[in-house]
Formats: sequence, structure tokens, C-alpha cells
Amino acid sequence: MKPGEANNRKKRATKPEKAHIQLRVNGEPVEVAFAPHKTLLEVLREDLALTGTKHGCELGECGCCAVLVDGKPVLSCLYLGLAAEGHEVTTVEGMARGPALHPLQDAFAELGAAQCGYCTPGILLTAMALLGKVPRPTREKIQQALAGNLCRCTGYIKIYEAVELAAARMQGEPATPAKESVYGWD
Amino acid sequence: MAGISGDGPSGAEKNGGKANGLRVVGKPWKKVDASAKVTGETKFADDIFLPRMLHCKILRSSAPHARIVKIDTSKAEAYRGVKAVLLGKDLPIPYGILPVSQDEHPLAIEKVRMVGDPVAAVAAVDEDAATEALDLIEVEYEPLKTISSIEEALETSEPRIHDYGEYGNVHRRTAYEFGDVKAGFAEADFVREDITFYEGSTHLPLEQHASVGQFSPDGKLTLWSSTQDPHYLHRSLAKVLGLPATHIRVIATPCGGGFGGKCDPFQHEIIVSKLAMVTGRPVKICLTREEVFYCHRGRHPVLMATKTGFKRDGSITAMHHRTFLDGGSYGGHGAASTFYTGVLQPTTYTMGTYKFDAVRVFTNKAPCGPKRGHGTPQPRFAQEVQMDKIAEQLGLDPAELRKRHLVPPHSLTCNWLKIGTTSLGKCIDKVVEGARWKERFRKLPHGKGIGLACSAYMTGAGTAIYWNNMPHSGVQLKLDRSGGVCVFCGSSDIGQGSDSILAYIVAEVLGIEPFDIRVVTADTDLTPVDLGSYSSRVTLMTGNAAIQAAERARDLLAQAAAEKLEVPANRLVFADRRVVDMENPEKGMSFVDAVWLAEAKFGTLGTTGSYTPPKAPGKFKGSGVGPSPTYSYCAAVAEVDVNPETGWVKVERIWMAHGGGQAINPVLVMGQVEGSIYMGLGEAMMEEMTYRGNRNVVHKFPSFLEYKSPTTLEMCDVVTYLIEDDERETNAPFGGKEAGQGPLLPVPPAIANAVYDAVGVRIDEVPISPDKVLKAIRAKAKGQEGRYGPTHFPSCPMPEPIRVATPWEGGTGEGVKREPALAKA
Repeated sequence: MKPGEANNRKKRATKPEKAHIQLRVNGEPVEVAFAPHKTLLEVLREDLALTGTKHGCELGECGCCAVLVDGKPVLSCLYLGLAAEGHEVTTVEGMARGPALHPLQDAFAELGAAQCGYCTPGILLTAMALLGKVPRPTREKIQQALAGNLCRCTGYIKIYEAVELAAARMQGEPATPAKESVYGWD
Repeated sequence: MAGISGDGPSGAEKNGGKANGLRVVGKPWKKVDASAKVTGETKFADDIFLPRMLHCKILRSSAPHARIVKIDTSKAEAYRGVKAVLLGKDLPIPYGILPVSQDEHPLAIEKVRMVGDPVAAVAAVDEDAATEALDLIEVEYEPLKTISSIEEALETSEPRIHDYGEYGNVHRRTAYEFGDVKAGFAEADFVREDITFYEGSTHLPLEQHASVGQFSPDGKLTLWSSTQDPHYLHRSLAKVLGLPATHIRVIATPCGGGFGGKCDPFQHEIIVSKLAMVTGRPVKICLTREEVFYCHRGRHPVLMATKTGFKRDGSITAMHHRTFLDGGSYGGHGAASTFYTGVLQPTTYTMGTYKFDAVRVFTNKAPCGPKRGHGTPQPRFAQEVQMDKIAEQLGLDPAELRKRHLVPPHSLTCNWLKIGTTSLGKCIDKVVEGARWKERFRKLPHGKGIGLACSAYMTGAGTAIYWNNMPHSGVQLKLDRSGGVCVFCGSSDIGQGSDSILAYIVAEVLGIEPFDIRVVTADTDLTPVDLGSYSSRVTLMTGNAAIQAAERARDLLAQAAAEKLEVPANRLVFADRRVVDMENPEKGMSFVDAVWLAEAKFGTLGTTGSYTPPKAPGKFKGSGVGPSPTYSYCAAVAEVDVNPETGWVKVERIWMAHGGGQAINPVLVMGQVEGSIYMGLGEAMMEEMTYRGNRNVVHKFPSFLEYKSPTTLEMCDVVTYLIEDDERETNAPFGGKEAGQGPLLPVPPAIANAVYDAVGVRIDEVPISPDKVLKAIRAKAKGQEGRYGPTHFPSCPMPEPIRVATPWEGGTGEGVKREPALAKA
């Protein structure tokens, strides 16, 4: 194999007929037509203009492209668009309710858990799925859930703290960030 | 354009809201772009879709070193959807980030120097067509002997990878001597030399580099690109494309991770610009992950020999530090990197005399350059591991030894670096206390250990990349009748929060809220020049420029308000969106009323501010690398758990005290410190940019999966202390120093020192992988030296050093010139 071949050269049919599917995206019914070899990542970004979903490798290694399909995290770069037919897809654009951010989004903004922000959509959705199953996860549980999402900016610490803060608030606790996560230890 | 969210700063209060006279600075505000980043609204370069946009793909060399005999693009040109094919001959002008290293071309001309060198580029109607067309390009290579290591480069004078440099495949040689090192060694009670190696690693930003070029019918080019340095890119585009710079606009899109990896002007940025000019249509490229590995510009692999003379009390009388850098296939920032492998050594502990020799070689690998800490983590590793050995040799506590010999504040080092404030002593005390060092060092059970290391880092390079007398950073303010303020600055936010810093600082000076401020940055048409996001310069330099612009605006408003209120202008204070008489706070007006009065009095309101670093005291050739307006200091303790059966090292926790002065926003400083610890941990434990030397110098694993970086499961616990200086650093805005790079530096040596404390073996190179630990443990069990690391240091003919007397010898900072006769091998 020559350099660049690994994922530069996807052998594809020259003029494929478009697939035409119906699905729900962020709570709304959507119809979309696309070349049938396209991944869900490509369909979301290129055919539905939902560019909040990112990509870092397109080989299923970094977690940037994670979205929820029927509430479960999937790597949209490894998931065919066709396979989403009839399913409910949630992207980062679907997290806020009107102008009100999701508690996870609020906590990430508050604690600087999004630095460059490129891994953030995938991490937010993976964390949202976790909190759907485990409302008050331990630090270890959060680490396990996010083990497939790489972040090069934060060292993950602010991400853990933001997930914990959001989890507490979603349980109705009037939580604020710990002093040591904001100002450091005395 | 971004505005801060309406909410105030985060809930937690420091010391119950300690009063320090600052309203905005020092509080944990959300970043101005925080909401956009958590909602997916932030538009990165690959999120730009323009009508009629073409897609570009690049054919890259499969040969590590070869002459291009023939390229046939006829089939590709005829392929469906292909609109243009470019070759090296279409862009013949060379470029490079440094004036001394103009050795790159957007597409190879005549020869390729590494696997991954761009050879041809295609623009087509969609990505599939462009990708398929690459297959139809036929390239015939005539292989040349490859060079894959420092040793091979030194031994192989022909073929030369480049036809410039010192000689053969030696790119740069640098030699300096500060004071009489021979006399310094003679004065020492002990002399020891340690050879260490620091493996190369890459930035691995999550965002793959992407760019969109657009050429308008009136002959103007716009390039959107994920770059850290739009200004330097602007200059390179003008040079290579032959367009007047006035007709080129560079917009740095939000950068999805940089860490130094998006500082150089890149081939693909020039290629899509040219393709847009040729086709008259917008052209986009987004590199594949594999291509990002070929762009590289990351950490240089550096082999080091550090000979140090010291007295019984641990004071350093002399150091002779020698380095070899494996530079890869191009110059890039390499000439500067070469200096950085030695120039900051004297900034932590007082050093009587210092000699420094550095050699950078060319090899057929992806080019190295600036990665977080640029050239300095390697020598810090050498120095801080050696300090641990010196302490043991002298029977001193490593923390105590370091504290005895700290570089004092407001002093000059032996190599003429001006140190401002320093809090290194406080940093050491803090981590020693936090880690319960005194109770635990050398006292933990076998397999458990703790290690200490320190560092200093620049807060902005004192010299621009190209020689000029202009400011390093410029800010313009526009005040409008709404009472809003717009800040324009050329700085590029790479996630560190530089856009937000502008809002906080202007809000502080003008007495308004960060939410009242809009920030426009990183657009060469709209914003004054800032040199870019590198060398930890942005907060200090844009911050000082912003203070000047805001103070000038405040003066205008104060004059107008003073007239109306009939009080002297110097009695007015600006706070809480009001302008009031400090002696009679009832007397005042709203900020917006002051803006109206000032606009009526002076006309349209706008001010500028600029910043130029102070002149460095050193006057010798090469003294431009190393000086900084101020230095940050930090100390770290690492705790490890080593399995003596498997050699597996788990880093349990790192205590980090970062002496960064006044935090402009503490939560952002925390993020930078934690991110630095993480990246240092990766370099210490697993990250390596390595090649199959015997198999065509192919990168071993250009993918996320196999290039190991820490996930949540490997990241250690972190205890961070933000240490303020005892006095405000006057060169820094509100006393705020850098935080983004310095805290990486002590992490690898602290871990290596902790491994020694745990199992009694020295791992004198990174990454500290289990195989190396196990080899050292087994060697020790056999009665051999319990050490893993390089044992041989190659030789290279060096020029006579530039000799400079130290400040305490009564030197003037002038050097003795290098003698040309000796510069040739």
C-alpha cells in the first residue's frame, strides 16, 4: 500500500445512484438523498449542513464524530448513512432546548472544558448518553465512558469536573464548581 | 466575532472574593467563544462550504529520498470532474517560516526528501473524483541513499538532502561559551557527564489541517485556514504566489488544536490558493490523519551530553551541554529549535559558566519544529534528571539542593537573559508540602516512588521571526454610541482563550463588562498585526497592547466627562459601566453617556495600542533567541507505581505548582496547566514519532490508534497550585505570565526521577516504556548498572564558540565573532 492510500483512496463506484432515506434528526423528521457509500458523518455534515459533528481520523480512532443513534453513542465515521434509516439521530445541535443550553453544555462552558472545542461535540454526546444511564457517575465511570474520546487540550480533568457538575445539577442540586478546580489548591 | 455570555463569572469565589482592586481580571469568566464551542456553532476551516467549491487532494511521495524522473498527469487531467492539476514547476518560488530556511516548495521540484512530500495536486468537483484522479498520476522515481538517523546524517556527506547548510547533511551548528568554562570545571569539587535522549513526538491536534482558498474576479485572494500564525502565512503566500500582499487576505479559522503544529506555512495552504487562482472557483482541502503526521513540525528527537561541575554545596560552577537534533527533511523553525535545546538551561539555578554546542542534521523524515515548549523539554529533561543524580551523589535532598541555588529575581543569567520576578522557591515549597515529600522521598516501599523536577519558560519571544522594528502586537478599539466596544487584533485563538483575554483586559480598563465587548481577530484585512500564537507570547503581548489602546480610549472619555462634570479628569474612575468622581461617587455618568460626549468632542472614537518587547541585554550574534519580557517558573512532583516484574509504570498523580503571576482568568490558566501536564505525561510515557529506518524510512504508525497518546484511562490525577509572584511583574499585563507551555517541561524528568525512587533504576530517555524499565531492572539484578539510555555520543567538528564574558566578569554582552576558517569541517 502506498502512503496516503489508507484512507485517501476509498474505492468507490464512479456514478452511484443516490439513496433516499427518512430518519429523525434532533427530534425532527428528515428526508435526505446521498450517494449510498456515504457515512453518517458525511451525510450529517455535507447533506444536512450539521457541521457541529467533527472528524479527526475517519477511521474510528478518535471519537470526535460520536453522535447518538437511538440514544446510544456511535462513531458516525464508521456508520453508513443508509443504516440510519428510520432511526433517531442526535447531534450536538440537538442538545440545547431553544436558547437554553443543556446542563452539560453549560458546565463545559463554565469550566473551560472546551478549549479548542474540536473534540467537544463527541464528548458532550457520549457524556449525555452516560448520564442517561447513570445519573450520578463516579469519576471512574466517567473515565471509562469517555475512554474512546481523545482530547489533546484539557488533560480531561476539566471534562470530568464538568460532567460531575452537570450530573449534580440534573439531579436538582444547586452545585457550583469546586474552588480548587477554578483557582487551584491552596 | 464573539461576545461573552451574559452570565457573570463562575460560582466559586476565591478566598470569599478577595479584594485586589480588580473587577474582571482574576475571575473565572466563561470564554467569549464558550457557547459557540459547546453548541457546535464554531466554524472550523473544514466547516466552510462555498458555492461551486472544488476539492483538492495531494499526491504524496512514496519514496523517502529520490529524484523525480518523470511525472505524467495526462490521464488525471482527462478524468471526470478534474478541473486542474498542479506540479512543482507551477509554484517554483521557495519559502519557509524563517528567513534562513527558505528550503520548501509547495510541490516537490526535481526531488523528494521524505515519504509524504507533496508531488502533485488535483482540484475536482468532489473529493471522490480528486482522490480517484490521484491514482492516474504516474511518477517515476530514481531512489537516492536515505538518511534515517543522527549518526547516518553525520556519516553521510553525499547525497545531501539539501544543498545548503553547514556541510554534508549537517543543517546548523551553534556554539557558545559564557565565561571561562575550563576554569569553572577546575573550580568544581565534582564533575559528572550524563548522556540522555528525548524521543520525537507530534502534536496530534484533533482537527486535521484544513484550508479554503477563494480568488475573486477582481484579482484578490482569500484563504481561510486552520493556522496559528496568519501573519507569517500571509507573507509566505505573497512570496510564493507572486501576488501583492495587499491583495491577499488570510483568515485564521478557530484552530482545532495547534500546540505549535500549525505555525509553519504549509504546502496545502499555498496549493489551494493557487488552485483557486487557476480555476476561478473556491477550493477546499482537509488533510487525512495520515497526512497530518507528514506535516508534523513536532518535537525534535534530541541526543544530549550534559557535563556539569559542582561544589559540595551543589552550586554549579560550569556546564557544558551538547545536543544533536534530528531535524527531519526541512529547515522550518529548526534554526531556532537548535538554540532552544540549550539557551534556557541557565534560567533556573545559578550557573557560573556555561558552554553550549548544538548540531541539527537533516534526515529523510517528516520535518521537526516547534511543539509545546519548543526545543526546551529535551534539555530540561537532561538537566533535571542530572540534578537528581547530583543530589544523590552529594547526599542532599533534591528539593533542598534546588532551593539553595535558585536564580534570583531581577538578575542576569550567565548567558545574559534578564530574569524578572520568579516564584520558583515558592513553587518548590508548595509541591513538597502537597506531596508530603519529606516524609515519603526514598522512604516508600519498593515499586512506589516520587520524583521532583522544575522548569522555567519564556513568556513570549523577544525577537520576531523576521527582522523588523515594528511592534509584535497591535490592537485597535472602536467605541460606538451603544456603549459597546469592539476590539480588533491579529491574534489567533487556538483554544487557549486569547480572544477572551482581550475582552477581559479591555473591560477591566474601561470599567465595563466583558459581555459588552466584541472581539474580531486573526483576519489580515481587518485586524492589526499580531505575530501569532506561539512562544507563549499572546497574553503578554496582546494584553499589553490592549491595555494601551484601552487607556487611550479611557483618556478621551475622561476628558469629555470631566468637562461636563466639572472635575479634574484624573479624579474619574471607570467601573460598573459608569464614570464617577472618586472623591464624590454620587457625581458621575453612565459609560454610554461618556462615549456620546467624547464622540461629540473628538469625532468618531477609535484608539490603537501596540507592544514591543524590551531590548535584550545580550548583544552577541544569536542573542535574539532566549530573551523574553519575563519567565514563568514551575515545580512538579510525580508519584509512580512501578511493577518490577513487568516494568509497567503507572503515574498515579502529579502535583504542579505553576508560578505564572496574576492569572488573568484562573480557570483558563488551570486548563493550560492541566493540558501541559497531560502532554508531558504522553511524551514521558508513550508518545513517539518513529520510523522504520531499514524499510525506506516509513513512519511506523501514522494513525491515532497506533501512535499512543494518553486516554482518560492513562491520564493521572492532578493537583494544581497557581502561585502568584510576591511583586507584580511590570512587564506583564496585570502581572500575568504564560501558562500554556512551561508546565509541560518538568513532567518527564519528574517521572524519570520517581521511577528511580521506586525501583532504583535510571531511565535516561523518554518515552519511559516498560521494556526499557525491565531491561534496566534486569541489568541491575545482574550487578550491572541499573540504567537504560544512550551510552554513546557522536562527535562532530564544531566551530570555535562565540565567547561572551558573563555579567559578573564585567562583560558588556558583546561576543567574540566566530572565525569563518574554523566553521568548515
